[in-house]
Amino acid sequence: MENYLPSEQHTSQRYNAELEALRATVLTMGGIVERQCRQALEALVSGDEELARTVAKSDYEVNKLELDISALCTDILARRQPAARDLRMVVAIIRMASNLERIGDEAAKVGRMAAKLADDREKQSFYGEPVHLGEGVSAMLRGALDSFARLDVDAAIEVIARDHEIDREFKTLTRLLMTHMMEQPQRVKNMLRVNSCARALERIGDHAVNLCEEVIYLVEGNDVRHLSLEEVRQRHST
Amino acid sequence: MMERVQQTDTAGIGDVKRPLDIREHVERADYQTIGEPFSGDAKMTARNVNVYYDEKQAITNVSLDIGRNEVIAMIGPSGCGKSTFLRTLNRMNDIIPACRVEGEFALDGEDIYGADQDTVLLRARVGMVFQKPNPFPKSIYENVAYGPRIHGLAHNKAELDEIVEDSLRRASLFNEVKDQLDKPGTGLSGGQQQRLCIARAIAVSPEVILMDEPCSALDPIATARIEELIDELRENYTIAIVTHSMQQAARVSQRTAYFHMGKLIEVGETKQIFTMPKHELTENYITGRFG
Repeated sequence: MENYLPSEQHTSQRYNAELEALRATVLTMGGIVERQCRQALEALVSGDEELARTVAKSDYEVNKLELDISALCTDILARRQPAARDLRMVVAIIRMASNLERIGDEAAKVGRMAAKLADDREKQSFYGEPVHLGEGVSAMLRGALDSFARLDVDAAIEVIARDHEIDREFKTLTRLLMTHMMEQPQRVKNMLRVNSCARALERIGDHAVNLCEEVIYLVEGNDVRHLSLEEVRQRHST
Repeated sequence: MMERVQQTDTAGIGDVKRPLDIREHVERADYQTIGEPFSGDAKMTARNVNVYYDEKQAITNVSLDIGRNEVIAMIGPSGCGKSTFLRTLNRMNDIIPACRVEGEFALDGEDIYGADQDTVLLRARVGMVFQKPNPFPKSIYENVAYGPRIHGLAHNKAELDEIVEDSLRRASLFNEVKDQLDKPGTGLSGGQQQRLCIARAIAVSPEVILMDEPCSALDPIATARIEELIDELRENYTIAIVTHSMQQAARVSQRTAYFHMGKLIEVGETKQIFTMPKHELTENYITGRFG
């Protein structure tokens, strides 16, 4: 089938507009959480306390959009009784919105940790340890949102494939922090905070995977949640 | 006609992925129905059906099974051939002089277009409910009793009374009309009239009930009652329903067949058709694209 957008080509122009508004709201929400993640990471690395506090408090924007998306979806379900691709889009977006909201929560968590770490006078080099992990996760999130914008299953699978790397990096980072803790037991508290940040980033990667799974469901109708990467690829090729 | 096709279609029949020149598939005699047109336990079978009104071909090479005790919904835009196909199943097209039907049709394996087939008997076995409720201008009782009487299903008044009551009960109408059985059937509300017509169809103990947009003249409450009734009737009967309401098809049927320009494009489990149709034409129709 043509990979046209779900919001195109309905006889009812208003229906097109409603689906387009829904899609646009998800992309806006995605843009905001992407920015939150970037800023959280920046605050962590630079020790910019103000930026950290801004991020920590900015999840209200995302929360509001989650409610907006819920309302739009309920409205479309009630008044349009969508079927096939349209139905899958609405169902996928309901789940995507809750994943995006959680990404916002995780980013806020990094913001809070970053604020506490920035508050600490003795800034340490290990605060920047999660930066590589964070960049990887940000790229995954961007890839997930792109795959949604373009309804690109191949791109979605590529993002899912990257999660393994993120998990590995998180484990490596945890080991590294444990080594630091043994070396500098007086800094354990802050190291645990850094580890919490890494954990939050790793969770964002998981949510990005969930977003990609929804893109695959939307486009192909395959529910690939809880499947291994190999199984996802296999379903796609058949 | 060809021009209209070119404007409205984007994909070829029998070809899910590759857009096909529409002229090619309209002129092509063979095409592939997507999905599973055959049933493991078929009550009726139709094979290689072609129907013509004079020179105009209304149905092209359709093969489809109606499974035992299933509700199959036939959907598609106006003029797609779904009603014509439905009417071939009890030879209602015989009464249209210009209509020519080709193909093999069987009810429980028995050829229904055979030379020795009694069409009156066939239409008792394969009953029909129409779009507009059409009770006889007689009493409620007589509307239901007429069929069993001419088919000799009752030997005396008591038996006939029993058939009438039982049919009205099965059509969920008895309680509403039990005190006015001698009143004219035409005096009932639209929804009640339609249930009376269903009772009339049931009274001759059919095996299959064909319904041609049975709810299109009814309000939502009457529609819900008919749909509830269809669900109950499925236990004892096989039902084929033609409907313009896709939500109705989604609600009442187990299988759905999508017709387009006289061709059976796709058939499958209703759940699959409405969440993950395989053919682009099906998808476009059920999602309301391209008018």
